[in-house]
Amino acid sequence: MTVAAVFLPLLGAFIAGFFGRWIGDRGAQIVTCAGLGLAAVFGVVLFVDVAINGHSVTTELFSWIDTGDLQVQWALRFDPLSAVMVAVVTVVSSMVHVYSVGYMAHDKSVPRFMSYLSFFTFFMLMLVTADNFVQLFFGWEGVGLCSYLLIGFWYDRPSANAAAIKAFIVNRIGDFGFALGIFAVYALFGSLHFGTVFDAAPNFAHTTFVFLGWPVDALTVTCILLFVGAMGKSAQIGLHTWLPDAMEGPTPVSALIHAATMVTAGVFMVARLSPLFEYAPTALAVVCVVGGTTAIFAASVGMAQNDIKRVIAYSTCSQLGYMFFAAGVSAYSAAIFHLMTHAFFKALLFLGAGSVIHAMSGEQDMRKMGGIWRLVPVTYALMWIGSLALAGIPPFAGYFSKDVILEAAWASGSGVGRYAFWLGIFAAFLTAFYSWRLLFLTFHGKPRADAEAMHHVHESPQVMILPLVVLAAGAAVAGWLGYNDFVGEGRDGFWRDSILVLPNHASLEGAHHAPMWVGTLPFVMGVLGIAVAWLAYIWRPELPGIVARRFRAIYLFLLNKWYFDELYDALLVRPAMALGFDLWKKGDGAVIDGLGPDGVAATATRLAVRASRLQTGYLYHYAFVMLIGVVVLVSWYLLRQIAS
Amino acid sequence: MQNWPLLTLTIFLPLVGVLFILVLRGEEADVARNARWIALWTSLIDLALSLALWAYFDPSQADFQFVELAQWLPGFHIAYHLGIDGISLFFVLLSTFLTPICVVASWTSITVRVKEYMIAFLVMETLMVGMFCALDFVVFYIFFEGVLIPMFLIIGVWGGPRRVYAAFKFFLYTLLGSVLMLLAILTIYYQIGSTDIVEALNRGVPPALQTWLWLAFFASFAVKVPMWPVHTWLPDAHVEAPTAGSVILAGVLLKMGGYGFIRFSLPLFPVASHQLAPFIFTLSVVAIIYTSLVALAQDDMKKLIAYSSVAHMGIVTMGTFTMTAEGLQGAMVQMLSHGVVSAALFLCVGVVYDRLHTREIARYGGLADTMPKYATVFMVFMLASVGLPGTSGFVGEFLALLGAFEVNTWVAFFATTGMILGAAYMLYLYRRVIFGVITRADLRAMLDLSWREVAIFAPMIAVVLWMGIYPNSFLKPMQPTLAKLIEHVQLSLRENAAAQLAER
Repeated sequence: MTVAAVFLPLLGAFIAGFFGRWIGDRGAQIVTCAGLGLAAVFGVVLFVDVAINGHSVTTELFSWIDTGDLQVQWALRFDPLSAVMVAVVTVVSSMVHVYSVGYMAHDKSVPRFMSYLSFFTFFMLMLVTADNFVQLFFGWEGVGLCSYLLIGFWYDRPSANAAAIKAFIVNRIGDFGFALGIFAVYALFGSLHFGTVFDAAPNFAHTTFVFLGWPVDALTVTCILLFVGAMGKSAQIGLHTWLPDAMEGPTPVSALIHAATMVTAGVFMVARLSPLFEYAPTALAVVCVVGGTTAIFAASVGMAQNDIKRVIAYSTCSQLGYMFFAAGVSAYSAAIFHLMTHAFFKALLFLGAGSVIHAMSGEQDMRKMGGIWRLVPVTYALMWIGSLALAGIPPFAGYFSKDVILEAAWASGSGVGRYAFWLGIFAAFLTAFYSWRLLFLTFHGKPRADAEAMHHVHESPQVMILPLVVLAAGAAVAGWLGYNDFVGEGRDGFWRDSILVLPNHASLEGAHHAPMWVGTLPFVMGVLGIAVAWLAYIWRPELPGIVARRFRAIYLFLLNKWYFDELYDALLVRPAMALGFDLWKKGDGAVIDGLGPDGVAATATRLAVRASRLQTGYLYHYAFVMLIGVVVLVSWYLLRQIAS
Repeated sequence: MQNWPLLTLTIFLPLVGVLFILVLRGEEADVARNARWIALWTSLIDLALSLALWAYFDPSQADFQFVELAQWLPGFHIAYHLGIDGISLFFVLLSTFLTPICVVASWTSITVRVKEYMIAFLVMETLMVGMFCALDFVVFYIFFEGVLIPMFLIIGVWGGPRRVYAAFKFFLYTLLGSVLMLLAILTIYYQIGSTDIVEALNRGVPPALQTWLWLAFFASFAVKVPMWPVHTWLPDAHVEAPTAGSVILAGVLLKMGGYGFIRFSLPLFPVASHQLAPFIFTLSVVAIIYTSLVALAQDDMKKLIAYSSVAHMGIVTMGTFTMTAEGLQGAMVQMLSHGVVSAALFLCVGVVYDRLHTREIARYGGLADTMPKYATVFMVFMLASVGLPGTSGFVGEFLALLGAFEVNTWVAFFATTGMILGAAYMLYLYRRVIFGVITRADLRAMLDLSWREVAIFAPMIAVVLWMGIYPNSFLKPMQPTLAKLIEHVQLSLRENAAAQLAER
């Protein structure tokens, strides 16, 4: 069953991809949806069996790389952590598959789209069930590839192509760190198998090794390198620039890959490697600071965006920040808990946004929406559920997971924990604000679209609404349903040995004893954010314009996403291209060829011409040269005589 | 079957095909057609023979197998000595695998002097296979240098507009290096009184001589690989060579340098190899970064792939001189992978070149619309070149970098940037050729892959995935030989260290 759960999506992708022309659009949709549906059933059954009933199992398929010293297996590891991920991935993915049947109905390459989606799911499942670093990397790069293919799905759009390449390259920059981290693990442990490495990890605490000429703490540097990979994949500050651009892809892609699953791979990685990170407190502090900073940074940018999908994209970025600082204070299970609830409500929000875009005939700019809530009542209600969950309003899912993260950050007692806590609290305010800004701008107020577009506004078909309802159910109840097992009293029995937390890092235990105000503050901030959004977009719609004009510099700074793209373009992209050109023309052309073959050839020709000029044909020239020769020879002979 | 002279058969069978082609007479079109078929069948039978070699190869042995020894010039202790071990086995297979592909790839694109063209490729196959099997320096040197001649002709006769410049540059560059190697071989001959490679490997070379001999061999192999800064012949040769010429050039001829380093430089001159490893690392890392950046700026498809070859071979030389199990196996797999992947990429360029007769990237765009099969095939090899896990490119690159990290983190650090740059130039190329909107009528009229082209690419995709998902088929046979090599190197280094200690 484990094998079927992972490989059914691959089978579906294969059939839809290579035989799409024969089985047609409908056939491709049926094959992939059926494959994913079955996988989701297996995923849930496995979740119950592995996580609830406690039967962890690892299926070894066959040997992958065996160099004598290094042994890498293709294996499917099902422990509580991966079972949670498999369940989330297969369920959300199957919902997105069904939704895509409706959303992509008018596209000209449906089989290709369905095939990519299933292919992605396969890689994601390989990633979460890996039992060694190399297979983790396999899944990691594989989902990156599918993300690239799906962002650039509409390949006739230059912006989509640019976004696709950007996503791949920025991820590769992260993978640069990830790969070095894997090399470091192998250099230290002599193995890349999770079990072997984790068992040996305590022996390597406080050991040093030489990295780039510096003696450094081995595990700290290894973990930070690995974390750079997580930063790329999970769009943390500095390596986040690809995520907003990735919204060029079709909306189901944004929901599945860029909200629910792939971007959370980094969080999963840190949780999976908790037995390493636990012994590298400095690395954990780095994780915490990066997470906290991203949470506030992305939320601040999200406030000023006008594209409905970009707002949600920055929101994802910000929520990933929450997950990371949870992991950074050793509350890994809280991070995974938030990952799970976030998968539901963020996929819901994205698909809801897709439903809106579908209704608005492809318009994504919120400034051209407004006043449509009566026309799309179901979508409207579902978006409310998603937003309530995102803002952390009880009893929706986000309330439970976000609260426990903030409480854990507080309870960790460390400086970085406090830093993350306060930024997280403020980000909670911003989260509520931009969520309701989105709701108000999109659904309320006067219609700002033209009459033609308004005339076409319609509720989405059943096949799109149904997945939304399933996800909304998750967004509504997943929080209190999972609280006890994921982060409450039952957590030790639930996670067992899949997550390691050292006794002196018990921030999660502390979270349950945090003062009352720590637990209520996020809620208060959320309500405050909603109130301010109402104030600014319903009560006094002219207010945002005034604020933007008054604080123009800040507004532009936010609107332009803190100018990260411009900075990278000026510092990295253009210099690399220019350097490449110069090395080619000047390095290869002028220097190497000039001094090398071309230069030698030219010199040879020149010498030949000169040599031929020597042959003047005059006897006295030859005689004179001979005389000089004789003089030189005789002098040399005499000088040698004297010397000896 | 062990008693058959399998190696001799594999080496000289193509010459039998050449004989058949030589006696062809009649109408030019008939001769051309028959020459193609004869070349195809000869190379396919040769492929079958080499597969038999693989099947009967004992993967648990480190020593030379299928050994053939016949006296040739007994007075000078020069013998016709052949044999393969875990290192050379796969290079023989690579050569016999690519030759039929080259023949099929040239099926319609070569129309003038078809007979001579096919002869050149068959002769080249003989020389390549012979080079990888040779166990006598003289035999080796003859094959090693001989390969230049058909390649020189292929570029010079069937090449592009600047073919003469390119052919001469290629010839002179490689010959210059080889002459120094000949001097080194003579020195070894005077040292041990025989040109037998096995004997030389067993007896070793005194440490005092090693540095100079190492440099002489290096001069030859570095040009072949090619290493920075003696790489500039490669882009020119590739651009001017016909598609199949590029395939063999990138697929096999570049590997002769890497093979030479592993076969000769490491075991014969372990002390010098150890001392000069930092030098190799520097050149390799410069090659990886420098040529990747240059590839980024290219506007000619073939030139781009040629520069990427230099970067990929930088990984090979780096992995080789780590002298670790991972590094060496990584270098070997990287060579095999590059042999297939870069060959396939040149074929991909050939596909569109055959249709539009230009390699200028800017002329293309939007091919995904009209050529979906081509887009898929190109995608697979593009990803293999980028080193995506699950393809052959990953295994080699990963293992080589893993080995490098153990030896020197700086080297691994800089070489790993190749992962980023490699993705950049390949994706950028792919985007400009395949994605976008078709704007020109001639692009819209281009046909997707024909059955002949599908038949070329299918086995190559199979090998790329096989090597990526189950590389053990390839790793297992080479492991005993490489393990023995590493052991030998370590032992020599220890002995040398002990000797130096004793001197003090």
